[in-house]
Amino acid sequence: MGDPILATVDWARAQFALTAMYHWIFVPLTLGLSFLVAFFESIYVKTGNEEWKKLTRFWMTLFGINFAIGVATGIILEFEFGTNWSNYSWMVGDIFGAPLAIEGIFAFFIEATFFAVMFFGWQRVSKGFHLFSTWMVAVGSNLSAVWILVANGWMQFPTGMAFNPDKARFEMQNFWEVALSPVAVHKFTHTTSSSFLLASLFVVGISALFLLQQRHQKMARRSMVVAAVFGLIASIFVAVTGDEAAFSAAHRQPMKLAAMEGLYVGQNNAPIVALGIINADKKPGDDQPAFNQAVKIPGLLSLLANRDLNSYVPGINDLVFGNGEHNIIGAEQRMVTGKIALAELAHYKYAKEKGDAAEAAAALAIFDQHKADLGYGYLNSPAEAAPPVAITFYSFHIMVILGALFPVIFLLVLYFSFKGTLEQQRWLNTACFFSIFLGYVASQAGWVVAEVGRQPWAIQGLLPVGVATTNIAASNVQITFFIFLTLFTALLLAEIRIMMKQIKIGPEA
Amino acid sequence: MIGNLDHSTLQQLWWLIASVVGSLFLFLTFVQGGQTLIFTLADSEEEKSLIINAMGRKWELTFTTLVLFGGALFAAFPLFYATSFGGAYWVWMLILFTFILQAVSYEYRKKPDNFLGARTYEIFLCINGSVGILLIGAAVGTFFTGSRFSLNLYNSVTWHTPFHGLEAAFNLFNLSFGLFLVFLARVLGAMYLVNHVANEPLVKKARKATLLNLLLALPFLLIILISLVTMDGFAVNPATGEIFMEKGKYLHNLLGMPAVLILLLGGLISVIYGVVATAFLGKNCGIWFGGLGTVLVGLAIFSLAGYNDTAFYPSLTDLQSSLTIHNASSSKYTLTAMSYVALGVPFVLAYVAYVWKLMNAEKLSLAELAGEDAKDMY
Repeated sequence: MGDPILATVDWARAQFALTAMYHWIFVPLTLGLSFLVAFFESIYVKTGNEEWKKLTRFWMTLFGINFAIGVATGIILEFEFGTNWSNYSWMVGDIFGAPLAIEGIFAFFIEATFFAVMFFGWQRVSKGFHLFSTWMVAVGSNLSAVWILVANGWMQFPTGMAFNPDKARFEMQNFWEVALSPVAVHKFTHTTSSSFLLASLFVVGISALFLLQQRHQKMARRSMVVAAVFGLIASIFVAVTGDEAAFSAAHRQPMKLAAMEGLYVGQNNAPIVALGIINADKKPGDDQPAFNQAVKIPGLLSLLANRDLNSYVPGINDLVFGNGEHNIIGAEQRMVTGKIALAELAHYKYAKEKGDAAEAAAALAIFDQHKADLGYGYLNSPAEAAPPVAITFYSFHIMVILGALFPVIFLLVLYFSFKGTLEQQRWLNTACFFSIFLGYVASQAGWVVAEVGRQPWAIQGLLPVGVATTNIAASNVQITFFIFLTLFTALLLAEIRIMMKQIKIGPEA
Repeated sequence: MIGNLDHSTLQQLWWLIASVVGSLFLFLTFVQGGQTLIFTLADSEEEKSLIINAMGRKWELTFTTLVLFGGALFAAFPLFYATSFGGAYWVWMLILFTFILQAVSYEYRKKPDNFLGARTYEIFLCINGSVGILLIGAAVGTFFTGSRFSLNLYNSVTWHTPFHGLEAAFNLFNLSFGLFLVFLARVLGAMYLVNHVANEPLVKKARKATLLNLLLALPFLLIILISLVTMDGFAVNPATGEIFMEKGKYLHNLLGMPAVLILLLGGLISVIYGVVATAFLGKNCGIWFGGLGTVLVGLAIFSLAGYNDTAFYPSLTDLQSSLTIHNASSSKYTLTAMSYVALGVPFVLAYVAYVWKLMNAEKLSLAELAGEDAKDMY
């Protein structure tokens, strides 16, 4: 198995990735479908038309089936921070725990309380209160996204905190800096709008299936129009917030941006790779080409990163080895500083233990001078500071290409709806149905970019995953990994089967 | 005002807040208790459906309260979160597995083509209600009996048994604690059925079940109480932070904190009255006495573990690695910020109570389950 610590961290990462990816199968649908159900019910309440109620209840049933497993995988994620990332939990719990607790207080209780009314309150509460409850489930679901993305945003761009050498942990200094961090804002807007898009694809796709099968056509057309409008608006937000997120990455996580575009050598007028095949053997600092094949559009990456076609964008080599011409301090140099910080932290703790105040103060002073690069001190080689380039590159490009396709689908659905010929467009309805799957691919790819692209860091620049993990034998995590894999897969299969049956039964059920 | 509180006061306040959330969770385990009654109380599919639908409309509240309990501990006592979850890996993982099973079982059980069959999902619910609660009880029991871990200079935890927390379930006190919670949850579940279900045969059986399960809980309660007043405890020297063993520590805590003694006795009396009212007096309000009593007992237990200079998560391997509410807590800034956030809790409780009242205004009947709105839901 090699180095046991390395094995543990690898399995911990695999388990967390597994849980997060399964969780993210269900959550975006919850986030978006909750609003679509609220739209449908609002139309029902406004018009009093029972057909809209039937339509609402159909989508609500699918929402409920999906919701439960999202909740189940969510609780695992919260507790996995403790079980698999014990050192992380201590080192940043002072900051990271707060958004999770706020999520519990202000979001989960809204969801939990009004979910029961939404499903079982049709006869127990007034029509108005039922509608209010449906909206509250949508608001609560999306509020929970706010806080978990604040937490995730902080991991990508740690701010509003300071290192406490006595406790050997990071402590919060400014709550508002954490809560309103620009990365958190981008994360929230991009993630929720992409979830609205995915849910719209789901409703459009299932409705298109009904049209292909010539069943429930009126309900399907109505659903498609509402979802296509919502999806089109969401698509615009996805594009705008995606651009903002990339701009933010250029300035706060330049290594991630370089990996997203497979850019090893920084340059002015940097191109975007429209299509490319990564050279899998390429390593930072070697002379091999980055791509086997590539179609590049000059200047676009510079424009994306700096809003200037001719600006300089640093590459992986610059960020690993440094670039004096552009005042870039590389990981190589930061490792030297970071190792001094770590040594002086140990020195400080030792001096305090033996009660030598003068020696402790001296060590602390040196530590303070070098603590900005503390995290780099844990790295074994500068190249470790670069994430897996191929996965990041392909995921980013899959996400962007698919993201550009979806608004076209929504536009076509709306065009043929208003022409009154949607039922006749079998090719479009078939494409709509298969776009559900593509929506999930794009959504998963987005998170792969976000999380793989920031490796090796659990906390950007401060805490690598190898230090953040729990001190536990890898065999324990291996066993739970396979238990989770089996369990989640069984539950996913159950969900798909139940959903397919409900779709087959249709809204008359 | 909150901004003027010192760190020590904030630490005590947050132990209280976490205790309140944990105690509310214990009350809400009536859902888990109800799940274990499926196979012992229901004689027909209709009765089974009534039990599952009664509990199924509240499962999310219990689940959410557990998540909030975890979140509050993470935010306020991150060293506990890191130590216990990272060290007692297996006990927490098994608890989590049972809660995954619970979440999906309600939604999937009655749906056509549900892959595993309704009975499998019913067994899942029973596992969550029994194994899940037993292990939670065993984990809480370690607040008094301790665990085998140590912390290094950087507060990184090393667990000193290969069982990673499962050993807790093989200690008599912890096991008794777990079994007591299982039977208490069953008492509460039966009381809730009496309160919320309009089905005389089922309610009659539920009334009997409250008494039977209380009697089953009593031996374990006695073991817990006798152990608590006789066992050595993990005390903290407030001046130096040094941890040391103190004979009769938890008895001293009870006597030194009369309010906690009153909470404990008042809580137990309230639970017992709830059972008497339900089983013998024909009343339907037993759940409120049982619930209040459970919350009070929970508060007493958490207070005994954390207050009066006591280490709430003791280490048997290295006494000085034991966690106290002072050495395990977040910074003053974070606790202050979170205290402002906690001001929203009464508002949350208010709307939860309002919606509960609305949804429980009418009892659950077989007629409702057969109607369009509930048919094939749970």
